[in-house]
Amino acid sequence: MTGEQVFEETIAKDQRVEPRDWMPDGYRKTMIRQIAQHAHSEIIGMQPEGAWITRAPTLRRKAILLAKVQDEAGHGLYLYSAAETLGADRGDLTRRLIDGRQKYSSIFNYPTLTFADVGVIGWLVDGAAICNQVPLCRSSYGPYARAMIRICKEESFHQRQGYELLMTMMRGTAAQREMVQDATDRWWWPSLMMFGPPDDESPNSAQSMAWKIKRHSNDDLRQRFVDMSVPQAEALGVTLPDPALRWNADREHYDFGEIDWVEFKRVISGGGPMNAERIAHRRRADEDGAWVREAAAAHAAKRAKVGAA
Amino acid sequence: MSDEIRHEWPLFEVFVRAKRGLNHVHVGSLRAADHPMALHHARDLYTRRNEGVSIWVVRSDDVVSSGPDDKDAFFAPSGDKAYRHPTYYSIPDSVPHI
Repeated sequence: MTGEQVFEETIAKDQRVEPRDWMPDGYRKTMIRQIAQHAHSEIIGMQPEGAWITRAPTLRRKAILLAKVQDEAGHGLYLYSAAETLGADRGDLTRRLIDGRQKYSSIFNYPTLTFADVGVIGWLVDGAAICNQVPLCRSSYGPYARAMIRICKEESFHQRQGYELLMTMMRGTAAQREMVQDATDRWWWPSLMMFGPPDDESPNSAQSMAWKIKRHSNDDLRQRFVDMSVPQAEALGVTLPDPALRWNADREHYDFGEIDWVEFKRVISGGGPMNAERIAHRRRADEDGAWVREAAAAHAAKRAKVGAA
Repeated sequence: MSDEIRHEWPLFEVFVRAKRGLNHVHVGSLRAADHPMALHHARDLYTRRNEGVSIWVVRSDDVVSSGPDDKDAFFAPSGDKAYRHPTYYSIPDSVPHI
């Protein structure tokens, strides 16, 4: 059998493609692009919440937030590791991110104005991420699927800590309840945008579904997220900012309003409130860390030489 | 200048023993300047929640592996040696403990 036949059969049998297998160039390119974009999102995603670590109201919340942000770093590294199995270079991917040649999730281009944002990010942003990511545990590319399994296990803690934080604030003062509602109002629509453009405007989707890189359409996953979130909002006591949101007994799903795709396109192409700052921060971290990486490499080279002599 | 040296850290494969009595299992890879750093990074990256009691790190370029093209040469010959399996031998049901 040729490499191509093995590949086709592997996909057809729902088995996993592994790093050294033959794969179409398009499959390799799509996988690298998707994994890199995902890794960048985890790394950039450390910033909105990382900004609150020093200002967390208690030691308990500080420890939780620190662990969460550390997880995001870990998720980014699992994913860069998966991208490297396809022949991508980690440093090159970081440069592409900093140069704006590769994207990351539009959600991280919104500011975190209050501590309630930390809770709402856990609840809605991580909730949406879980909806997106659980099916990716069965993605056809083995190293990506395995990384996603680890990530999904850890995301559950992220969502629950956020929701618990919000429940605590809702039991607090009227001002705290207002903060939760305000944060919900600001994050709801951007969270829905995390699932990507509507199905009829998602050009790569059909090929990704055929290759079993992707298992559900953007709109299906978005609907699933809305259906999950409505009862959670009710239990919390907040209102989701969509007057068109109501149960549709015929469809057995919630109907919801029109997403502002103009805003989505603007934010994804660099026009969001925080795009420039997120990239500038990442660039600074990369440049400020360069001497440490160089010194460590020089030290390792010197020790290797001494050992060999 | 820093562009050249920036990504010179080699790649390491990481293996974790989840608990005593089990084998070390491959969990992923990471970049580090040397072996001690790889071990520390592996601890931070792959065992944040009691996932392991022991870690191995191995330079990726030290790993030698069979390739997909070797599949037939390596693994096909075992397919026609059914006599290596216990079910190849028919023993009457009346014979106990065998």
